[in-house]
Amino acid sequence: MGNDFTLLLPEAFVTVLAVVVLVADFFAPSERKHWLGYASALGLISILAFTLIFLWGKDTVLYDGVIRIDNYALFFKGFFLVLGAVAILSSVEYVRRRLDHPGEYYGILLFTVVAAMFLASSGELLTAYISLELLSFSLYVLVAFDRYNERSNEAGTKYILLGALSSAFLLFGISQVFGHLGTTTFEGMSQALASIGTLSPGLLVGIVLIIAGMGFKVAAVPFHMWAPDVYEGAPTPITAYLAVGSKAAAFVLIMRLFGEGFLPSATEWQLIIVAIAVVTMVVGNLLAIAQSNIKRLLAYSSIGHAGYMLMGVAALAAFGSGGELSLDRSHLATNAIMLHIVAYGVTNMAAFLVVSTVSNSVGSESVSAFAGLGKRAPGLAMVMAVSLFSLAGLPIFAGFTSKFYLFTATAAQGLLWLAGLAILMSLVSLYYYLMVIRQIYIEKADDRSPVGAPRLTFGVLGVLFLGMIVVGVYPALFMDFIQSASDALFASEFALSIR
Amino acid sequence: METFDSYALFLLIVLPLIGAGILLIVPAHRSKDVRWVSTITSLVVMFLSFYVFLLYDHAEGGYQFLRAWEWLEIPGPWPFAERGITLSLGVDGISAMMVLLTGIVMFTGTLISWSISDRNKDFFILYFLLLSGVFGVFVSLDLFFLFFFYELAVLPMYPLIGVWGSSSTFKTFIRTKEYGAMKLMLFLVAGSVLIWIALLAIFVEASAGTFDLQVLEQVEYSLGFQRMVFPLLMVGFGVLAGMWPFHTWSPDGHVAAPSAVSMVHAGVLMKLGAYGILRVGMTVLPEGAQDWMPVLVVLGAINVIYGAISAMGQRDLKYVIGYSSVSHMGYVIMGLATLHHLGVSGAVMQMFSHGVMTALFFAVVGGIYDRTHTRDIGVLEGMAKRMGTTAWLFAVAGLASLGLPGLSGFVAELLVFLGLFQTYPILGALGVVGAAITAVYILRLIAKVFFGELAEQWRDQTDISRREVGASVILAGFILLMGVFPFPFLRIIDGNVADLLTRVAGAG
Repeated sequence: MGNDFTLLLPEAFVTVLAVVVLVADFFAPSERKHWLGYASALGLISILAFTLIFLWGKDTVLYDGVIRIDNYALFFKGFFLVLGAVAILSSVEYVRRRLDHPGEYYGILLFTVVAAMFLASSGELLTAYISLELLSFSLYVLVAFDRYNERSNEAGTKYILLGALSSAFLLFGISQVFGHLGTTTFEGMSQALASIGTLSPGLLVGIVLIIAGMGFKVAAVPFHMWAPDVYEGAPTPITAYLAVGSKAAAFVLIMRLFGEGFLPSATEWQLIIVAIAVVTMVVGNLLAIAQSNIKRLLAYSSIGHAGYMLMGVAALAAFGSGGELSLDRSHLATNAIMLHIVAYGVTNMAAFLVVSTVSNSVGSESVSAFAGLGKRAPGLAMVMAVSLFSLAGLPIFAGFTSKFYLFTATAAQGLLWLAGLAILMSLVSLYYYLMVIRQIYIEKADDRSPVGAPRLTFGVLGVLFLGMIVVGVYPALFMDFIQSASDALFASEFALSIR
Repeated sequence: METFDSYALFLLIVLPLIGAGILLIVPAHRSKDVRWVSTITSLVVMFLSFYVFLLYDHAEGGYQFLRAWEWLEIPGPWPFAERGITLSLGVDGISAMMVLLTGIVMFTGTLISWSISDRNKDFFILYFLLLSGVFGVFVSLDLFFLFFFYELAVLPMYPLIGVWGSSSTFKTFIRTKEYGAMKLMLFLVAGSVLIWIALLAIFVEASAGTFDLQVLEQVEYSLGFQRMVFPLLMVGFGVLAGMWPFHTWSPDGHVAAPSAVSMVHAGVLMKLGAYGILRVGMTVLPEGAQDWMPVLVVLGAINVIYGAISAMGQRDLKYVIGYSSVSHMGYVIMGLATLHHLGVSGAVMQMFSHGVMTALFFAVVGGIYDRTHTRDIGVLEGMAKRMGTTAWLFAVAGLASLGLPGLSGFVAELLVFLGLFQTYPILGALGVVGAAITAVYILRLIAKVFFGELAEQWRDQTDISRREVGASVILAGFILLMGVFPFPFLRIIDGNVADLLTRVAGAG
């Protein structure tokens, strides 16, 4: 069958953009170099427009199912393009202060976008693995970009070592799965698993290893050790990108894997995912209480959020009274995860951008650096407070709506107790978010001088702020798109056969 | 008018938000403009709440001013999937009365808040956000939105108390406003954790694919389920209603809060809790309600006695009012728990009566505190000689609180007692004892603070301003109106209370 390579144009464009930005850095005069950032962001936005128009509603495969072109992939491609643009615009200030060669930074960031887009499109394990490695390698470099800062170096080293370990897990798991099922495409895996019935121990080992490998990528407990250190050491805009982009990318793959590839043996893996989700949200939220560094606090909070999302993954499948697999309400779960990723992404990008601006100006990343921010920078303070309320899951902000949806999905799939635990953990999280809000609005600062920010930062924050409100108040705006993505996800032959 | 009516409830929610939006644009240093924008906004909202209250057709009964907008579908094969989550608005007589209460307290609270000079723009924005949430709860007929607005009403409390509140010093320790704010926030959100779990449980059990209250009402839930889930709602909403033993946030929170926030909080927000028990708990899970009511009535009785005794021992004026609120909410809880027509009507009347009464208390006490900078009963003495109007107004609230005939408290408490004597006579007697204790501490307080020798340090004290008097007179007017002419209030809730009780009784 013929392959329509034009369907890969979006990825090709981003790659070209990345190379152009890398090369242009050599020729651009140093006082004009900050234009590279604007150019990259603008490029991503135009590619976004092109992608949405060009790929909307296309449903086909390339190379016999290695690359998937469907609305699920499209949704996440859109997400990563927007995220990339936001990450680049949030970095402009950092790059201007610290780096001589912005092109390297932006170029590598653009490569992560390419990687994530391929990941969204991948229809089999090895393509996914390679995309994930491209993403990870680019991130290793970005984390260690602050090359004269010991913490950044430490973070980079830790990230590489543990990342490599997780890749080994993942690869070994993939080889086990391939050995037993004889295929690596998700479609083929689901058919093979559906015909097997019970799993052999070797195959189970493979699935568990893949779960472990993905657990590293999403920073799920007990594979989370790297996250706080890396989040703390990395340049703040990269921390934000890591928290949102790399987590979202991992969930793209996780949903494909468990929503399609491993779907027939849901009985086997659901318990594992539930267990991981439970410890992840409990440990993440409880440890966050003890943090005094804002980036570490947000790191633990993002671990907690990974727990909520994994809970959604556990709710992908439900079982009828006779133990038979039922996909009646699986849409609810995937919709919820996607909505939560959007909400979490918007919120965290805003929170980290404020952190980066404030720590630049105050020279400290401790929570107490925010003391008196309500007076020193009312705009920044408001966005920060709103993001924290959103993360805690209070209305009218994105976090409330997406959490409500996610918890409803979990409960509807028969895991009411798990949703209850997640709600309880939201209460715990409110406590530590309030500690930050207390610093912002109630504590008095020793230094009363106003904290300024460039106009671009305010622009980005304004957009993110609006995003938080829109997702919180009118999620229906995105719901059709998300729904069509879920439809595409559950379009495998196996899923269709039991619906 | 048809079209306007269908938007009236939506406007109740949105107008405060629009007010907050306008305030965002007003420059912070023009505090006079901020005050006027706020006052006009809340005046309009108050008139709108009058409109809703007066136009509710009690003869027809049921939910009125209905309007629904589709908000989000909940995919899956459900019988009511297309209803999903709808912004479904409507009021019955009980909520119409609560809307009226909220409108009154909102406007008077705005007037009282004129004296706030520090960052008053931010204050009013948060204040309006809070009230938008409160209106939302009273007019939502969809459990998602009811919960949404419930949380929205809790959210602004933290900054409102933390920033504009005041700490109180005791002999051996200090209760800081940060402490009060954090305690309040965590208690209320802990309560809403239980509510949230209960809502999800109801959603799953009903398996209708919607949070629409009118659909969920129709579902028959198994007895075991009702027995298990009702206590979640009872305790979850009970926390906000100040139910013993989860009331401890309420005195601390009320004392730490600035006057207007105390007014809204004690006056309206605590009613959200009782309203939630009634609207969600008793309506959706009638059998569970029936089984748990004996527990609730005992808790209510403890509230009454415990709150009253605690109030007796306080030296801080605001703590006295705070504990008296706990005590008075006890009557609401007991009244609801009687499941008797008189008792439940009394509970609803008490919600309104206590709302205006406490708002008046906090308004007056705030006025005193602003001028004397103390709330210590030991220091304040003979204030009536310098603050005559204040003394009058405080006396009205105080007498209503101890149940003097002719004031609103009497009507409400009498009904609750009548209901109680029909159902739980011994606890009814305890309730009367509570009213007697209230009389003791209120009269002692009035005697000590307002009468007696005027202390030297208060020689030059001035009375509260005309603006504060205006606000207080509105509140006092409603106390009097309900006291001498309770009929319109009773009439509007009568049919709905009867419906509710038929539902609960029919279920058993």
